[in-house]
Formats: sequence, C-alpha cells, structure tokens
Amino acid sequence: MVKEISILIGGKAGDGIDKASIVIAQMLSSIGYRIFVHRDYPSLIRGGHTFSIIRASDIKIYAHKEEIDILIALNAETLDKHRKTLKNKCFYIYDSEQIKMHADACGTGIPINSILKEENAPELMKNSCLLGAFGKATGISWDIIEKTLKITIPKEIDLNLKVAKKGYEYAKELISIEKLQQNSLPVLTGNEALGLGFVAGGLDAYVGYPMTPSSGLLHFLAGLAKQFGLQVIHAENEISVIMMALGFAYTGKKSAVGTSGGGFCLMNEGLSLSGMAEIPVVIVLGQRTGPSTGLPTYTGQTELFYAIHSGHGEFTRFVVSPGDCEQAYYLGAISVDIAWKYQIPSIILTDKSIAENVYSFNLDEVDQINFSQPIVWNGDEPFKRYKYTENGISPMCFVPKKEAIIKVNSYEHDEYGITTENPVITKSMQEKRVLIKEKFLLKEIENRFECVKVYGNKNSETAILCWGSNMPVCVELGKKYNLKVIQVVVLHPFPVNQFRKALEGVKRLIDIENNATGQLGNLIKSYGFSINDKILKYDGRPFSVDEIENKLKVL
Amino acid sequence: MDITKLNTNAKNTWCTGCGNFAILNALKLVVKEIVSKGTPIENIVLVSGIGCHAKIVDYINLNSFYSLHGRVVPVAQGIKIANPSLKVIGFSGDGDSYGEGLEHLLFAAKRNIDITMIIHNNRVYGLTTGQFTPTSPVGYKGRSTPYGNKEKPFNPIELMIAAGATFVARTFSHGIDLLKRIMLEAIMHKGFSIVDVLQVCVTFFNMYEYYDKRVYIMEENNLDDFDIAMKKAREWDYNSDTKIPLGIFYKKEEPTFEESFISYESKKFVDRELKVKEILKKYSI
Repeated sequence: MVKEISILIGGKAGDGIDKASIVIAQMLSSIGYRIFVHRDYPSLIRGGHTFSIIRASDIKIYAHKEEIDILIALNAETLDKHRKTLKNKCFYIYDSEQIKMHADACGTGIPINSILKEENAPELMKNSCLLGAFGKATGISWDIIEKTLKITIPKEIDLNLKVAKKGYEYAKELISIEKLQQNSLPVLTGNEALGLGFVAGGLDAYVGYPMTPSSGLLHFLAGLAKQFGLQVIHAENEISVIMMALGFAYTGKKSAVGTSGGGFCLMNEGLSLSGMAEIPVVIVLGQRTGPSTGLPTYTGQTELFYAIHSGHGEFTRFVVSPGDCEQAYYLGAISVDIAWKYQIPSIILTDKSIAENVYSFNLDEVDQINFSQPIVWNGDEPFKRYKYTENGISPMCFVPKKEAIIKVNSYEHDEYGITTENPVITKSMQEKRVLIKEKFLLKEIENRFECVKVYGNKNSETAILCWGSNMPVCVELGKKYNLKVIQVVVLHPFPVNQFRKALEGVKRLIDIENNATGQLGNLIKSYGFSINDKILKYDGRPFSVDEIENKLKVL
Repeated sequence: MDITKLNTNAKNTWCTGCGNFAILNALKLVVKEIVSKGTPIENIVLVSGIGCHAKIVDYINLNSFYSLHGRVVPVAQGIKIANPSLKVIGFSGDGDSYGEGLEHLLFAAKRNIDITMIIHNNRVYGLTTGQFTPTSPVGYKGRSTPYGNKEKPFNPIELMIAAGATFVARTFSHGIDLLKRIMLEAIMHKGFSIVDVLQVCVTFFNMYEYYDKRVYIMEENNLDDFDIAMKKAREWDYNSDTKIPLGIFYKKEEPTFEESFISYESKKFVDRELKVKEILKKYSI
C-alpha cells in the first residue's frame, strides 16, 4: 500500500487531458489525498503535445516530481517522451489501437475504439475508458470511480459509466493506493482561490481582457457574478480594463483587474493615474515567460522589478506574491483592504504555475483576515477629496453624495481636486502620495501581517530564499534537508525589519527563482543584504522537487 | 437654481474667443434644466480627457473625473455601470476621442451604454500647439505636417452611426441655443449619445467665418431611419467645401448595456463567507 503517487497523463491538445486530470485528482481527493496538478500545454487549440502530472500525497504538497508511478498515454508521443521517467517501466496504460507496440509490450493496453464501438459511444468518451482503467490500476474501488464520474462528468453519465467499466475490467491492478482516513478537500486552481479571496474581501467588480494565465480568473468570477452581485466586464482592451475599474472605484465600488505582462504594459498609464488621483484598484499580474509574447502558456518570475517600478512618476503601492492557494485567498482579500485603506494600487504577482495548477485548498489554514475600518468624510467641513492629513489618507466619500463635490484629477491638484501648477502645493501633494503614505503603510504591514514567512528548521545556518509559487517546493525540500526557508510575501514596501529578523542566524543564503538574473536576490541587495548562491531556472518550466534537490546537492 | 453657484475659483486659461466658452455656458444652462427636471445635482458626473476641452471640469463646480488623454469613455462607462442612476457626461476632444481613444468610443457605441459624449471638435491639437487631428482637412499645415496633411479626415457622424450609437448629432460653438438644445436632448436620451461640436480654436484653426457661411439646421424627420441618417451624415465629409448640416442625425431607442447588471444589485448583501463555503463544496467530492 502506498500513500503517495504521481500520475502523468498525456496526449495531443484537444484530447481532454485537462479534464481527465481533474477527474483523477478528484478521485484521489475523495479518498483523502492532498492534490497537486501541474499542467503543461502549448499555445494552440488542437494538436501538439500536452500533459498533466497529478501528484497525490497524504500530506499537503504543492509541487510535482519528475519520477512518476503511472503513465497514461493517449498517443505514441506521450509514451516516447515520458516512459523514461516511470519508476516501473511497465506501469503505463495506453490506447492499444492508437499506439502500435511490440507484441511483448509490458504495459496495459486498452482497445479503446473497440470498446466505444461495442457500447455505441462517441469518441470523446475515450477518456472515461482510460479513467476506469486507471482506477483499477491503482486499486481504487469501482464505487469511488462511479461517484467521481457522476459528479465530474454528469452529461450522458450512464454511457460514460458503461465505457469506464469496460476500461476498468480490461486493466489489472499495478499499485494499491491506500484509502486515507482524512477529510476530502476542495480541489481548485490558484486563480480560483484568488477569486474567492476577492469575493471574501468585498470585491464589487472585476474587469478583464483574456490573457494567459489570468483568463481563468475572469472566467471564474464571471461564473460567480450573479450569485454575488459582482459586476464582471470583458472590455475591449487592457487600457479600458483599468480605466473602467477606476470609474467603478470613483463611485465606491471595489474593483480588480487581471492580466499578464503584455496587458499590464497597457495598463501602466492607468496604474499611474491610480497613484496620482488616489483611486484604489487591485491588479493581478500573472507572470509568464517573457519578454514580449514569449512562451504564453509557460511560467516565469520576471516581473518583480516591473511590478515595483511600473507606471510613471512616484507613488505608493502595495505588491504581494502568494505561494499557494491559501495565501492566494488571503492576499486577495488583504490587497483589496489595503488598496482601499490607503487609496492606492495593490498588485498581486502570480505566475502561470500558481494561477493554473490545481491544488487541494484548505480554508481552515488561511490566516485570519481582519478588515480595516474605512476612513470616510464626516460632513463637518466642505469635502476636500485630497485633504492633507497626518498619515496622508484623505477621508473619502462617493457619488452621489449630497453637499459634496467630488473631484478627482490626473493633473497635479489642490485639496479640492482642482488643477494646479503651484510648486508649494505640488511638493505637499508629492509628499502625501509617496512619502507619507508609504511610511505609514510600511509601518502598518510590518505590524499587521507576516510579510516574510519562515519555514523549516528555524535554527539552520543555511536558508533558502524564495517568493511566489516557488515557496511550496522550497518548503518541501527545507523540511527534508532540515534547512530554513524564507519566503518574501510582501515585496513592496519592502518589509526590511521582518526580513532582517528572518535572517538572524543565517550564514548562507541560497536564492531560488524562475528568472535569469535573480530579481529578489538583487532587491534585497539594495537593502544591504546579500546572497551566497543562486539556483535560477528560466526555460519556462517550474522547478520540480527532484530538480532543486539535485542542484542543492552540488552547491 | 442659481447658476453662478456652478462657478469655481479656478482661473480660466482658455484663449479669448475660444469655442469652449460656449460649451461651458451651454453646459451650465443644461445642468440647471436637468436639475429642474428632477435629477439631483449630486447625480451628475462629468468626465474629461486631456486637452483644452478637458479644463471644463475645473471651471464647473460639479462631480468630476479629470482622466487621461483618450480615456474619457472607459472611465465614464465604469461609473455608469457601477451606478446606473448617475448622469454621466463625457467631454472630449477630437484628438482625444477620435484619435488616441477611438477604440473606446466605437465600443461604447457598440454597447449602447447610456452615457453622453460631447466632443469639442476643433479639428486641431490646441494644447500641443497646432498639429493635425483625425478630423483636419487634407492639406492642413501644422508643425508635424509642414507640407500639408495627406490623410483624409474621419467623418465621426458616419462612424458613430455605423458603430451603433443611438443618438448622433452635430452642432456649432457659434450659437448657444442650438448647442444647449442638442446637449440637453443628448443627455436626456437613454442610450449612447454623441454630440460632435464644431468648436473653433481661434489660435490655431480659426474656422468661424468658414462655418458661418456653410452651416444650416436640418429638419429632423425619421430620426430612427439608419439609411436616411447615413445619407445626411455623408452630406459633408469634413473635407469638402459643401453645406454643413447641424442638428440630430440619428435617434433610436434600444436596450442599454448597464441595464443588464441591475438585477445583480439585490445580491450585494449576501453573507459572502457563507457563500464562499457553499461554492467550495462544489469543488470537492
């Protein structure tokens, strides 16, 4: 009996690999396993090689391993490419009518076409056949397979079940996976966890334009719109996206937008307007392999400096990067809160990995979310949209408001929001926007949040430094090798005191990032800290557990 | 309502004789009328872009969003969708909305969202000192086209009717009565309305005499007929020296974009945390 398993399912785009991998994930989740699904697909609609790795374990996991236990191949290319990563080279399930093998092939061949013909089932049901065979190969009982299929593929379920049963009967048991005595958790993508965090954080509107890897967030929130009274708009381009969001915010409606690097470039004038006019907005920047169009469906961590420095002029902003679904949920809610308290843009840096990979999500493990009280105009004196205050935050009110004239302005402006070029006012307003607000924001976040998280052996003299979606893989290895792991969650304003504290006792710091230059390593250098080694990866693919392990060994 | 209360302390920096004064004065009269018809003054929101036109929001004491060059339309749409009870009036220039922000304008017309766009169309960039715009005539000599502009102008009337706007009109900054009437009708129209105002830039492209000789007020019949509207729109192409019709070209009632969100409002106060838990159940077996 095993308590951990990795399955790779591959075929060509359009084969339904994605859906099949979710069904496998749900099957394993329903018997108590914690799930991680890594999706690898090219930027095209049909054809090309696509695969998913489903890893399931009795403990929480957030990264895949190179070595796999079961391979499910819908075409010959999948077998050629991935058979070498099988622990037992015979543990593969394949379509024996699609893939011509030697007579002595040791895998489990399923004559899918014949089965479909026998049952008079359409071609798209071939996956059900393989899912049945997979269940048998891993010792999952038929009733669990049946239950999972009924929920995940409700359409024409009777026929699907017949086909699956045939696949089940054809296969033989290869591995026996233990049924665990722990509750089953929901299985969702990072985008979905973030979207739920937004909802919990009181979001009223979401505006987007499709772009991998953030489109999933637009789809998810559009699907929830009616239930939550959310207003979700797919606008004509990213410039319109952010400007509409600022229009929403002007009326007091909390809005967010989502995109990737290219779309974020278009949003930059709106970002700068948010800074100048002090209109809150939350921006999801889903990183992928750049520059330019790059590898649209692959991952990277190259926008750290861009997020911190984007937009012309100087203004306060809040930049965070979640490492797992629980953090995505938490930071989704918190980013809305901070944006609205300080009337600034919040940027959430995700990447293709966390946005689109699938995880077991545990709401009970999300940090406690406490919301700030909004600072509102009390009506005692004429309303000044940009009133000077000690902490730089002007009390707000929103249209339509009797007795208040609410003027926001992209030009430099006086306290009422009227355009000015006066040097004294200009200086005061610059200080309000960038110096005073940032000072108070930094103080607040260092007191209020764990901006820097420490995992593993807290006394270790060797520490791994990471951010974003690399956190889980680093934590898994930190635990295995008894190392300290430091994750920077808030990247701007840089939580220098918390970071210094995290580094106490550390003699050797190893920076692990998905970019070619080590951006976080360079960022901490500007605050007077230094790193000793770097493990960088910039081929569009995320780190696997084994890969970092091998690199750590030779450092 | 005392319209002097609409004044602000901002110093007016438009050139003497600028067509923008007429638009500002007409706006004040229109606001007075809208308010007398029952719209609370705090429900009026003005949005402007960047250019000489945009200063209008500094000169009038109303809610305003002084936005970016070319971006009046998306901001105005966000405000309207967020709260359909607001009267959202966008002020923009020809460089602003026919150039930098044309795509937004086309999409707002396509959506038939209930906002009004007043275009200060002086057919020249004023604030950046006299370059040609999307509506300048062929041969216009500006600092970026010293040998004369080679491009034919857009006909914004034709463009807007084609894109789906449900109220399209042209008026002139010389003659406040027509200006006021058309602006008021545009604002009261339910759906996307656009008023192309031939607004004269006295400094860089003084067309007062040219327009005075050519403009006439159209008879407004069969306003919901697309083909008739297109025919009228093509009477003057912003390039040739023909007569220039003023008035409403096209007016039609159609469903508006922001209406489709109104039913969502009632769900706003659901217990979100409870709802999140409910949704999570769908993601587990």
